[in-house]
Amino acid sequence: MSALVQVRDLSKVFNVSAPWLNRVIERRPRQFVHAVDGVSFSIESGKTLALVGESGCGKSTVARLLVGLHEPTRGTVSYDGTDATAALRSPSGRELRRRMQMIFQDPYASLNPRWKVLDIVAEPLREHALSTTEKELQERVGELLSSVGLAPADMEKFPHQFSGGQRQRISIARALATQPEFLVCDEPTSALDVSVQAQVLNIMKALQRERGLTYLFISHNLAVVRHVSDQVGVMYLGRLVELSDKAQLFARPRHPYTRMLLDAIPDIHMSGRSRTPVQGEVPNPLNPPSGCSFHPRCPHANERCKAERPALLSINGVFVACHAVEEGRI
Amino acid sequence: MSAPLLEVRNLRVEFPTRRGTLVALDDISFSIAPGEILGVVGESGAGKSLTGSAIIGLLDPPGRVAAGQILFQGRRIDNLPYEQMRAVRGRHIGAIFQDPLTSLNPLYTIGRQLTETIQTHLNVSNDEARKRAIRLLQETGIPAAAARIDQFPHQFSGGMRQRVVIALALAAEPQLIVADEPTTALDVSIQAQIISLLKRLCKQHGAAVMLVTHDMGVIAETCDRVAVMYAGRIAEIGPVHDVIHSPAHPYTVGLMGSIPAMDEERERLLQIDGAMPRLTNIPPGCAFNPRCPRVFDRCRIERPDLLAAGNTRAACWLHAVDMKVAA
Amino acid sequence: MSTTLPPVTPATTVTPVGPIGSVGRAASAAPSGPVATEARVATAAPGALGRFFDGDLWFSFRTSPVAMMAAFIAVVCIFCATFADWVAPHNPFDLATLELSDSRLPPAWEEGGSSKYLLGTDDQGRDILSALMYGARISLLVGLASVLVSMVVGVSLGLLSGFVGGKVDAFIMRICDVMLSFPSILIALLVDGVGRAMFPNAHETLAFGVLIVAISLTGWVQYARTVRGSTMVERNKEYVQAARVIGVNRLRIMRKHVLPNVLGPVFVLATIQVASAIIIEATLSFLGVGVPPTTPSLGTLIRVGNDFLFSGEWWITIFPGAMLVLIALSVNLLGDWLRDALNPRLR
Repeated sequence: MSALVQVRDLSKVFNVSAPWLNRVIERRPRQFVHAVDGVSFSIESGKTLALVGESGCGKSTVARLLVGLHEPTRGTVSYDGTDATAALRSPSGRELRRRMQMIFQDPYASLNPRWKVLDIVAEPLREHALSTTEKELQERVGELLSSVGLAPADMEKFPHQFSGGQRQRISIARALATQPEFLVCDEPTSALDVSVQAQVLNIMKALQRERGLTYLFISHNLAVVRHVSDQVGVMYLGRLVELSDKAQLFARPRHPYTRMLLDAIPDIHMSGRSRTPVQGEVPNPLNPPSGCSFHPRCPHANERCKAERPALLSINGVFVACHAVEEGRI
Repeated sequence: MSAPLLEVRNLRVEFPTRRGTLVALDDISFSIAPGEILGVVGESGAGKSLTGSAIIGLLDPPGRVAAGQILFQGRRIDNLPYEQMRAVRGRHIGAIFQDPLTSLNPLYTIGRQLTETIQTHLNVSNDEARKRAIRLLQETGIPAAAARIDQFPHQFSGGMRQRVVIALALAAEPQLIVADEPTTALDVSIQAQIISLLKRLCKQHGAAVMLVTHDMGVIAETCDRVAVMYAGRIAEIGPVHDVIHSPAHPYTVGLMGSIPAMDEERERLLQIDGAMPRLTNIPPGCAFNPRCPRVFDRCRIERPDLLAAGNTRAACWLHAVDMKVAA
Repeated sequence: MSTTLPPVTPATTVTPVGPIGSVGRAASAAPSGPVATEARVATAAPGALGRFFDGDLWFSFRTSPVAMMAAFIAVVCIFCATFADWVAPHNPFDLATLELSDSRLPPAWEEGGSSKYLLGTDDQGRDILSALMYGARISLLVGLASVLVSMVVGVSLGLLSGFVGGKVDAFIMRICDVMLSFPSILIALLVDGVGRAMFPNAHETLAFGVLIVAISLTGWVQYARTVRGSTMVERNKEYVQAARVIGVNRLRIMRKHVLPNVLGPVFVLATIQVASAIIIEATLSFLGVGVPPTTPSLGTLIRVGNDFLFSGEWWITIFPGAMLVLIALSVNLLGDWLRDALNPRLR
């Protein structure tokens, strides 16, 4: 199966300098944040790639770059063979927008509080003129609501009348309105309670099976990622440090950061496994460490790690960006 | 068996609103032994944070304790006047809240905040207070404590700030710490650090902890006992190992089943249909009965007390003595 | 398109309950599951009017004596002003009905007063009470019109500024800063003066137009700034981003998504600004550069009556002044109540 989404050397730099006047008077330098720094991956049709990492690693920015909410500073995003970034900028991008949609993290902010659910879910249909009459529109919205487990009568209500899990389902219904092939999901269940999360994850998996959807699933929760993904990419300070099959990643994590993450997950079944204590904190993205950005916290760092940034190499079928792994030290 | 440090008896917290009285906590009873770590877990709206607030005496008005008692070291604290409660709070009961950013006053150095707390509750000199503050910071793992004690909160990262908050909570040597979602706002790797720190320090200082959280994993790692809350009531309470591995209440079973596990693969997560009832809409009998896969007639009529079920106690008619005899 | 989904519970009925208060984290959890399923079909969502009267805003109103009193006074004033032709006992501007012999009569309760002229008459025999009503009409008209213009201009510029950002934002905000550095009366005087100079034989309507523009110019900056702040917050919210992902163009997003969510503080501001617009108009008319003398507003009346103050005929200036204060005060109080009622933190 060919790759539906291909990302090559994607980068995004944000200019967070102080205003010009302040810079001149206080003699401050310009400041930039490399939110995403040379990320490459591909997603096959019908599969789910999960991107995990802690806050500030750039995974949400990658999601937004893919759907055109940000413009990349460098690199390309190809969708089904065509350059997505260029297409989204031009009027012909409307066709592309129908094929990819996004689901957001905060169920309370992702629906306009003043709009009825009918208008919210119908917005993509109206925007792309996918229904001719009002009646047809309402029928379609009713179908969409049913497919996520809500009642068609709910279209007359307002978002504040629903719980977090139900709002997230309305978001999913809205995202499915144009019958897209590719869904970018930015932490869709992080704000939900555990039992509600289970409902939403089950719906998402069922929909994927039925409609052959492709997902990019962003999360910081490794247990959830394990449940939904086929492939997993681990990000740290804007870079991909490991990218492999789910089974491989959880059974044999290579990169020291991946191991650290897996170790940090609380062991709910108290199997008594031993854990190496975690060191340090994520550094300030304005001032990232030289060379490999993980070296201050890495138990295996050597001189090369401090000086040279490791490239994402394929080692034994897994992509890892680590000198120690490349050199066979771990 | 020593006397419990904290005892909550039949606590009822109400919110009078213009549409009638909302019962947010309905007849809650539990106790914490000295030095014990009790976890209180539940989903949004279950009332776990409210329980913590009621114990510290920081209920947001119009909420009030309508019935029941809260006893600390054998003395009632729920009906104390403001000044007396203030003396108890801080000296005997410490608090850690979720957001480290708003728990610290951004305008004062952390040294000032620490020494102020120490001197309010303990009668020590300025120098002694400062020495104690530095020692506390060192214990919580803040590097170069003697230098950083004069820095402001914004100069610390999130994880560091939460360590300062823990130091602040322990400053007056309290016997009980109420921690309300202390690690929810932190990254996963930092969470692990903070949780182990909290556990270690509390054991060291001999403080009991009431840990309120929605994260079952954190409970598994830290607590001795756990209480599972649902719709303002306790559904199940018992030793952590028993509640997690052999839950007796159907809600706990569903909860444990819906958590994606790290060690096994499942095609579908167990899900509990429906949602927790709104406080205005709690069904008669057992609050969980509309969603329970094992419901029967008695559940819809009578509200169950906490009944013995193996090593735990569960508020479920399935464990009534006559049921077990029949089964 | 059949679905073989797990039996997830559909959403159920809702009674439109307002926010309950900070109970734990859940502000609006869903009602219980299958039990309420039957009820779901029966109850439809109530209409907009029903929702309003059941909501927190109306409740806050009917339990606030100050708000109700202020609303009552404001409504009475507006009523008298609007229907002055029918409500006023005399028409003070119909020269045919004036009787010079009745001039300078004190109010009815004083010695020498007459019950025909409840609040007395001025030097030309005009009934003060009637003049008040006609004057209030002009004042309110000018006040409301200028607030409307300010609102439209200010909200539009604020939306644009907040949503587009960058140079457009910087430009508009600099204009705001410049405007704020001038005292509002001076701006109004300036515009008015320029207007008169440009159109010396001004038609009455034009004079009104110039006056309204002058007063609007003093007030639009507040709207622009408030709306800009709210827009910048809303712009980053996920429902706006969702609209962008769908492909909706920016203008439509501004109009249909952001605008309804930023209007709350605008109404509060408008209410309070009506009072200040009326006062500015009164000041201008007092200074002689406001409304034309043939259609006197409350300010004009105060000015005219001022000349008679020291000769003992206090009622000619005091009553218009009191009326002005009453209108301004009641509108201000209503604005205060509205701001507190709409503030979610204070509920």
